[in-house]
Amino acid sequence: MIKIKEIKKGTKFLLLVILLYLILGLCDFDLIKNGFLYTLNIFFKIVPILFLLILINLLINKYFQPKTIVKYLGKKSGFKGWGLSVISGILISGPPYILFPLLKDLKQKGMNQALIAVFLYNRNVKIPFLPVMVYYFGLTYTAILSVYIIIFSIFNGLLIKFFIKENER
Amino acid sequence: MNNKEALKKSLNTLKSSFPIMIGVLLLVGLANQIFSNRYAEIFNGNLLLDPLKGALAGSISFGIPVTSFIVGGELLSEGVSLIAITAFILAWSTVGIAMLPLEIATLGKKFSIIRNSICFVFSIIIAILTVWTLNL
Repeated sequence: MIKIKEIKKGTKFLLLVILLYLILGLCDFDLIKNGFLYTLNIFFKIVPILFLLILINLLINKYFQPKTIVKYLGKKSGFKGWGLSVISGILISGPPYILFPLLKDLKQKGMNQALIAVFLYNRNVKIPFLPVMVYYFGLTYTAILSVYIIIFSIFNGLLIKFFIKENER
Repeated sequence: MNNKEALKKSLNTLKSSFPIMIGVLLLVGLANQIFSNRYAEIFNGNLLLDPLKGALAGSISFGIPVTSFIVGGELLSEGVSLIAITAFILAWSTVGIAMLPLEIATLGKKFSIIRNSICFVFSIIIAILTVWTLNL
């Protein structure tokens, strides 16, 4: 028999969510049915992204050695590292639950935590999504918001740097 | 590192986060069912409370960012203030309550809590600044 302690954290979390679904299902079946269908819809949408992320991860593992990561996104990466984090945050697509494991990998290879924060914040400026934003809110609004997001991503990184020392890993 | 090793490592990274990923997606589905029809009731035009409420609503309802643009656009046409919608859109993609377990597991507890808190405050500040700049 499998002991609860032996179950991995992630599996425990998934089992808890399934339990929540079962409990809510007893009260409102339509709610969990629609919730499940919505989940399924998102899942099918992210399948291509998953493959893309595996590919990106593969290329990173193959070509980016820790020394390279530390050089550009490490503690002593300087302005280049900050700029690269902004650009990669904008260009690399994928929901956080796919990107977090990738960033964990980069962090273990020496990526600065402040730059992880910068990278994550710039995910808001998603080039493929911008036309939808322009459609609803206009070009001026989209441009102003995008500029503020990029500026505040740097503040975000600086605050992370202030609150978390690099030896706290 | 050769191709085989690199692929194996990449697949292992994804495999280890798969149960949490599925759990998070199930929570996203549930949260959307509970909150998606209630946003118009939440925002009532108060210039101080609206961005705060927008950021709060965005923090608990997440998913693909483009969804927040569509929801925000629809709410705007229903008369909800732009300042609230901006905070809502920003918090939607930067603050994630249901994402927190995964973020903590992968990037650390202190980092995740501080980052999410900063993003919450920033979503309000940027919302105010964006609308102010737009009105100049």
